[in-house]
Amino acid sequence: MNRRDSLKALGIGTLSATVLLEACKTPDKNTPETAETIAGGTPGRQPEELEREKKLLADKFFTEHEMATITVLANIIIPKDAKSGSASDAKVPEFIEFIVKDIPDHQLPMRGGLRWLDVQALNRYGKTFVASSSAQQIEMVDQIAYPAKAKPEMQQGVAFFNRMRDLTATGFFTTEMGVKDLGFAGNSPNKWVGVPADVLKQYGLENLVV
Amino acid sequence: MEDLQIKKSGTTYDVVVVGSGAGGGMAAYVLANAGVKVLLLEAGPFFDPQKDSQQLRWPWESARRGASSTRPFGDFDAAFGGWDIDGEPYTTKDKTEFYWFRSRMLGGRTNHWGRISLRMGPQDFQPTDGLTDPWPITYDDVKPFYDKVDRLIGIYGTKEGLENEPDGIFLPPPKPRLNELFITQGARKAGVKVIPGRGSVLTEALPGNKDRGACFFCGQCGRSCKIYGDFSASSCLVIPAIKTGNLKVITNAMVREILTDKDGLATGVSYVNKEDMQEYQVNAKTVVLGASAGESARILLNSKSSAHPGGLANSSGVVGKYLHDSTGSSAGGFLPQLLDRKRYNEDGVGSVHIYSPWWLDNKKLNFPRGYHIEYGGGLHMPSYGFGFGMHKMNGMVPDRDGKPKEAGGYGASLKDDYRRFYGTQVGMAGRGTAIARADNYCEIDPNVVDKFGIPVLRFHYNWTTDEINQAKHMQDTFEEVLHNMGAIHGTKQGPETNYGLEAPGKIIHEVGTIRMGDDPSKSALNKYCQAHDCKNLFVVDAAPFVQQGDKNATWTILALSMRTAEYILAQRKKLNV
Repeated sequence: MNRRDSLKALGIGTLSATVLLEACKTPDKNTPETAETIAGGTPGRQPEELEREKKLLADKFFTEHEMATITVLANIIIPKDAKSGSASDAKVPEFIEFIVKDIPDHQLPMRGGLRWLDVQALNRYGKTFVASSSAQQIEMVDQIAYPAKAKPEMQQGVAFFNRMRDLTATGFFTTEMGVKDLGFAGNSPNKWVGVPADVLKQYGLENLVV
Repeated sequence: MEDLQIKKSGTTYDVVVVGSGAGGGMAAYVLANAGVKVLLLEAGPFFDPQKDSQQLRWPWESARRGASSTRPFGDFDAAFGGWDIDGEPYTTKDKTEFYWFRSRMLGGRTNHWGRISLRMGPQDFQPTDGLTDPWPITYDDVKPFYDKVDRLIGIYGTKEGLENEPDGIFLPPPKPRLNELFITQGARKAGVKVIPGRGSVLTEALPGNKDRGACFFCGQCGRSCKIYGDFSASSCLVIPAIKTGNLKVITNAMVREILTDKDGLATGVSYVNKEDMQEYQVNAKTVVLGASAGESARILLNSKSSAHPGGLANSSGVVGKYLHDSTGSSAGGFLPQLLDRKRYNEDGVGSVHIYSPWWLDNKKLNFPRGYHIEYGGGLHMPSYGFGFGMHKMNGMVPDRDGKPKEAGGYGASLKDDYRRFYGTQVGMAGRGTAIARADNYCEIDPNVVDKFGIPVLRFHYNWTTDEINQAKHMQDTFEEVLHNMGAIHGTKQGPETNYGLEAPGKIIHEVGTIRMGDDPSKSALNKYCQAHDCKNLFVVDAAPFVQQGDKNATWTILALSMRTAEYILAQRKKLNV
């Protein structure tokens, strides 16, 4: 079977990525899975996987106050800019709520870190982190966002913020908005013929033979 | 369960095959195509990549964005099962470590593997350093079967004429990606050979095969391929074999033991059906085990009878011994010269585009044998873990204006860093020979059973200085290659981690537990993988391996299984089995 027949076998008659991806899309491909979309079952998923996922989606881990703090922090880490929206535009806080249930190792450092941050803010500004002014929030974040120059007494905050930065970035760049922002061009049928000529030239690799 | 009873089948099959991975799948394929009536028992559910693969799904279609919370290699990976299966434990002895990856599904672990398809060479079968026993067969005995496997399954690669890295019958290899060109330069400068990869992916249509499609380069072989463009035992062997009308497959059938008569010959198999939890017995003239090196040893050791008091095919006492997995150690970094690189689709194939076969002579080294290196990196589809550790990278290079940048941070400038660094990462991993030792073994745990009441395996495995020195050599090589490429190296693994040497089992190349040999007092199987003690019993997975080279096991499993299946056909004609 040649490549064109391969694609026919997938249910499409052309190399068009758009058509292929339409053919492969899930009931609503632009929204993360919910208990409802999972309930119908998915090919290639084992019953215990679907069961577990339904339970995680129904459970709630963070309090409203914690979610509000996560939202403020996520938008400080990934704000809207000329190219794409903010972390909360990409529903990063909702992703973080899910992933701490899915990977419980995140739970204690996240919950404890959020509390650590609130106590710092209360001592400095007399208010919780979310209730502090934007300028105060940034002043606080500046104490923990730069591992190499943070004060020793801020180390726990640095560890928390590193985790928060990682989860925010991963949550953002794995959404449709984030993938588009990065310019990822794959996950679509093509014929790989090697590095484009202009790129080879850019790096002086035209003559390298493997 | 007051009504629990053993249901005995009246049918006698010509052959019952246990396990549907590379070994079991190939044996079933060859036998069914020759007109033999075969029953295949698989411990997991039916799996057809065409319907069940998660290929081409986007990260946001997974609530966990592809994280490995339920599947060890990520949410879209094809493998069911993993290191731990609920209700099916295994244990370890003397505080040693072993990790056992099991895929309970049609096609077994071939649905998700890396498709790196290397032949073992003449020196792998007949080593000259005296450290390990030679195989009872040579490369020349296996070569015709490697050739047939190449033609039947399809493999890409290039003819290199390397003595211990034998060439095959190759489709064209995929061209290297950008990062791989930098790797090639850096490695060659370090004296490390780099050649195109060898993988079982159809970079072009497979001559004579109308059921499988040519690769469309999504790079997602690990999810298994909906158009059968890569090798899985499900898509390429079992499903085609069903079409012959000679193969019956029973899924969710967990084999308990092999049944034998008073003369010690195999008469069939008993299993528990996981769907109705009833006990079944099936009869067969010949039994073929392809359940995996661990599981096949477990079945034999659990098949005790008056004729086989130490377990079936185990009068030598070697069953379970000589267990060995490949060594593994890895390193990574990023290439500052690739910051802000141009975007294009470089997914390529889901196997390696380039690799380094073992390139040194051992005489001056402090470890035996050798390893090969697999490489990766580039503009991958983001998934869970993307962007992790930016605070360890973004302070190491100047910002867009050429000014030093404080590591970590937040806001628009951080957001921009993720774009700048995208596609700059490189990784490399060594896969090496671990010496087969009698003291590394699996046995039946006398105290523990699984949820079906089947006694479980207990592992005992230690690395020695041979493997640790090899891992150190890998780390030193990786450092030099990364340095030569101009890469900024991540953390180098040192003595505190045994130089990054992965725990035994982690590379999922475990082999050797039912070794073959000419001497029945020192081996369980003869050179055709037929049990010395039971002539109608054969083993076709990686258990018969005497000593693995640094080559990934699958291609050799396929070749040996085909060879054994053809031997069974010949013996049937002579009415010997």
